[in-house]
Amino acid sequence: MSTIQEILKKRILVLDGAMGTMIQRYSLEEVDFRNESLEKFTTPLKGNNDLLSITRPTIIKDIHEEYLKAGADIIETNTFSGTSIAQADYGLQEFVYAINYESAKIAKEAAMKYTEITPDKPRFVAGSIGPTNRTASLSPDVNRPGFRAISFDELVVAYKEQVEALIEGGVDILLVETVFDTLNAKAALFAISEVFEKNGSELPIMVSGTITDASGRTLSGQTANAFLISISHMPLLSVGFNCALGAKQLRPHLQTISENAPFFTSAHPNAGLPNEFGEYDETPEVMGNQIEEFLNEGLVNIIGGCCGTNPDHIKVIADLAKKHKPRQKLNS
Amino acid sequence: MSLENQQLSNNHKSSTNSHGLSTNRHELILSGLEPLIISQNTNFVNVGERTNVTGSRKFLRLIKEGEYEEALSIALDQVRGGAQILDVNMDEGMLDGKEAMVHFLHLIASEPEICRIPIMIDSSKWEIIEAGLKCIQGKGVVNSISLKAGEEDFVYQAKQILKYGAAVVVMAFDEEGQADSYERRIEICKRSYELLVHHVGFPAHDIIFDPNIFPVATGIEEHQNNALDFFRATLWIKENLPGTHVSGGVSNVSFSFRGNNSVREAMHSAFLYHGIKHGMDMGIVNPAMLEVYDEIPKDLLERVEDVLLNRRDDATERLLDFAETVKGSSKKKIVDLEWRKKSVEERLSHALVKGVIDFIDEDTEEARLKYNVPLSVIEGPLMDGMNVVGDLFGSGKMFLPQVVKSARVMKKSVAYLLPFLEEEKRKNKDTKTRPKVLLATVKGDVHDIGKNIVGVVLSCNNYDIIDMGVMVPAEKIIAKAKEEKVDVIGLSGLITPSLDEMVHFAKEMEHEGLDIPLLIGGATTSRIHTAVKIDPHYKGSVMHVIDASKSVTVVSSLLSEENQLTFHEKVKQEYQELRENYTRKSSDKKYISFFEAKENKLNLDASKRFDTIPQVTGNKVYKNYELATIRKYIDWTPFFSTWMLKGKYPQILDHDVVGVEARKLYNDAQLMLDDIIENKRLEAHAVVGIYPANSLGDDVEIYSKSNSENEPSITFHFLRQQGKKGSGLPNLSLADFVASKESGSADYLGMFAVTTGTGIEKMISQYESEHDDYKIIMVKALADRLAEAFAELMHEKVRKELWGYAKEENHTDEELIKEKYQGIRPAPGYPACPDHTEKQTIFDLLEVEKNTGITLTESFAMYPASSVSGFYFGHPESKYFGLGKIGKDQVEDYALRKGTPVENIEKWLAPNLNYEV
Repeated sequence: MSTIQEILKKRILVLDGAMGTMIQRYSLEEVDFRNESLEKFTTPLKGNNDLLSITRPTIIKDIHEEYLKAGADIIETNTFSGTSIAQADYGLQEFVYAINYESAKIAKEAAMKYTEITPDKPRFVAGSIGPTNRTASLSPDVNRPGFRAISFDELVVAYKEQVEALIEGGVDILLVETVFDTLNAKAALFAISEVFEKNGSELPIMVSGTITDASGRTLSGQTANAFLISISHMPLLSVGFNCALGAKQLRPHLQTISENAPFFTSAHPNAGLPNEFGEYDETPEVMGNQIEEFLNEGLVNIIGGCCGTNPDHIKVIADLAKKHKPRQKLNS
Repeated sequence: MSLENQQLSNNHKSSTNSHGLSTNRHELILSGLEPLIISQNTNFVNVGERTNVTGSRKFLRLIKEGEYEEALSIALDQVRGGAQILDVNMDEGMLDGKEAMVHFLHLIASEPEICRIPIMIDSSKWEIIEAGLKCIQGKGVVNSISLKAGEEDFVYQAKQILKYGAAVVVMAFDEEGQADSYERRIEICKRSYELLVHHVGFPAHDIIFDPNIFPVATGIEEHQNNALDFFRATLWIKENLPGTHVSGGVSNVSFSFRGNNSVREAMHSAFLYHGIKHGMDMGIVNPAMLEVYDEIPKDLLERVEDVLLNRRDDATERLLDFAETVKGSSKKKIVDLEWRKKSVEERLSHALVKGVIDFIDEDTEEARLKYNVPLSVIEGPLMDGMNVVGDLFGSGKMFLPQVVKSARVMKKSVAYLLPFLEEEKRKNKDTKTRPKVLLATVKGDVHDIGKNIVGVVLSCNNYDIIDMGVMVPAEKIIAKAKEEKVDVIGLSGLITPSLDEMVHFAKEMEHEGLDIPLLIGGATTSRIHTAVKIDPHYKGSVMHVIDASKSVTVVSSLLSEENQLTFHEKVKQEYQELRENYTRKSSDKKYISFFEAKENKLNLDASKRFDTIPQVTGNKVYKNYELATIRKYIDWTPFFSTWMLKGKYPQILDHDVVGVEARKLYNDAQLMLDDIIENKRLEAHAVVGIYPANSLGDDVEIYSKSNSENEPSITFHFLRQQGKKGSGLPNLSLADFVASKESGSADYLGMFAVTTGTGIEKMISQYESEHDDYKIIMVKALADRLAEAFAELMHEKVRKELWGYAKEENHTDEELIKEKYQGIRPAPGYPACPDHTEKQTIFDLLEVEKNTGITLTESFAMYPASSVSGFYFGHPESKYFGLGKIGKDQVEDYALRKGTPVENIEKWLAPNLNYEV
């Protein structure tokens, strides 16, 4: 089987779409987020989607398969909030290993199943590593700008735990995503290098940042290029952007990355901007048209969807990806 | 780059490209909030050095005295003066260097104008360097590491720096000491290079050599070649160690001329001029201590260059002599203060937009005198300035951290005006206390600019603001609102999940029985969302506030005594109409029909038979049950939450914050329990009944002994989930847990009612006469706990003895609390069976009133309150679930089954309907 690096030189790979959007379709209730060991847990667990990999693994697997069926080459594990920091909101720090290990296993099973069906189109599993809900370089309190709700060291400990479990669960790639504070991402990358050192082996790493709004900056204030520079010390598989903006708004920032990154590039935008209910409702066709623009420009190597996208979007994207040549990687 | 440096090198081609269009291997690429790309063609990079405790006495004093705000202004001066990298050094014996480094870097991170440029973490201590690396999001520079302590440390540190992602300054220093000759310089740099590039894998372009700048003109002969050796070593490095860069601390060179700034400035400029010619890329220098090369008087320049290049034997003497004649007038720092010449309004606006705090007090004072009324300053020029900030932010021309700074300037100005505002109020004899507005950004969200601005605007308009900050959970806001008796609560949020949190908050407010007006604001919030999703859950006023400017009108209308009620009704009415319009337009697709739901029932008949025949059927009554036994079954955690102490028992007793109070409370509870048990002040009664039963659709028929075979005497009616389920997940009804009639299997259903509240009235009236509210709450809380414990105890008795399906069961108290046993005991009115009216059927069948003294109110609440009733389902697959919302088709079917009018059912099940009545 070719390595992902080799495949990426030949064609555009498709990343899956949103997990949360798909889970919503199941209209799950509190009870669905529980199993025997969680039955009498006093904190409400509804909404802790990562937990479903343990309590309702078939749902997660079905969602993975729907995306694989739609044409995704890479599926993301259901572990966006799978750090002890994010899980502390629910008091479920002890479940972090299980969440990541099980999520990786489920995704890997689904991917292997489809690799067997289409051996010429091998499927990969990217372990999703979210930003946590704290920022290491911003104070949550304007009146105490020197205060931090989380430290680099605390982030490293939490990320290491997640990364180890994802790797043991069998992921093919690590995806540090929705980076709104670059320092958090640097802590994740630091944790990853420590785990690699310990294991004596490495996996490809993808990093995906988030441009928060019209300012064209991350939440922590960096420009797209500054963000790229700040994470380029690692030999990454790819760098790109996801979330916050729709495909249309993402394009200029993607251009910056495409022009400067010595790595492959990725994009998984939202289905447009949120409407007044906070829902993303851009249709696959509208989104497809915008994505086609940057495929025409040769800006990306990996393309997928974030909030609000579903297998219909991914199907449209996968069809488009087939018709376009991948971006040529810059010589580093 | 500073003006001086541009002129200094105007015969070089400047190509520092802030957009960075390529990734040439020879470029040193750094970042703060913005990129800094240093290419081979970049003439020179200016490193700001005033934020260095070893180099600036003023900075050292400020840091020692904790004057961080002023220390920051030094950093800002450096940036405004043209520094492209900011050097930060906290190496001083009397300082906790690590802590000072971390704190200062944190502060810098909140000043976008400063952290725009990359940071150079300057220390001779590795632990300080590492602590600094953990604070910067951009790619900075470590200054420095060296072979001083040997290869092992050097290699380890380089590897760590690579993982943190920073460039590194390498000192020409080894185990033998600092390199002081040309040969030693190139020998150490070469050895360092090979270790870094070939052993560690450090990118050459991220290496900056510092080949040591030493003083010249010291009068010591060996020092004569100090500058020249540096220049030659620089040239050698650039030619032989490809990709690397060269830097140095420039002010060292003029050490012997301390006190004579004119000569020092000339020396620095001339040194840089020649250094750059030899390939020096960057230098640490105070930009204010630089003369423009072309403007150095020719005679001075000649003497300076004689010294630097060691062109004459008497060079030092000649320069020393000449120095006597040069007046020591230092250059002034260059900051564009043109804006200070404008009108006070324009100056305030400039200060707000640029976040300049330096002149705000004097400008505010000037405006106050001009406007006469302090409030007019706020409503006039300050709000005008903030509007500009708002517009720039909205159009993407300012970004978040800058707006925070603007808000801080606003705060400072308002703080200056505050005593005058108070004075004004006294004059106007306004003795009313100011209305309180509580503001918070909801749980999970860090965005609060809008909220802070609302806070500023409202506080300017005479409201007392309690700002709880960001990521505040609903329960904390509610607790605070109660504690402070606030008049209005404002919620803010920017990310989309905050919308749900706001809905949750409204429900919590309703749950707590509050009616404080609620304001909703933030980027993703909207009037329609507020109307459709939030307003219906809360009886109090809910208002969406589009921006800060509207907040004053809204709050004053909400609180004005004359039209409070009409405004409330008007808004409720308006939102009602919005909702109706909305529902007409949209349909909810997430539900399946009742028919489909029934098709997707949980079928336990075939797979898992459960056929334990109960030891006892019919009713069994327990009067005056031993309270001492019940006591052992108490789950204490909810007791503490009743008292608003959050945490799990028993850990809560040792909790850092609430532990002491929790322990006191627990001890008082034990004393009261002792009294209750010893003096039999409360009585516990229970009745349980286990009956042959079968499900028929969503009903469960009870076959009581008195009736003829298979003739239902009593039927319980259950409801089925109608939410669309994922594949393989059933739409549950409690009836699914009982064997169906058509299966032909015998099965059973249990019911129970327990109370521990008999006698409580007497206790309460005693405490009332003693005005002891604490004990009143205590006895109520304890009676509730006893009732739950009694229910737990009876359930265990049923499993082990009466029904006996789990005779072998042996659980610890804790496992019981966690309900780790077979079977469930759901109660009517709770999520699995939300219809309270089914309680009546239990009461009839078990003759609850006769057997225990519990009665039902017209709302089907049990009296005494400390009572519990419900069903027992014994099947091992039975579990708790939430019904969720149901459709009209099921409601109609249910009404038919119960023989109750549809409207009646709709009233009782209102929260569970997926349609509007």
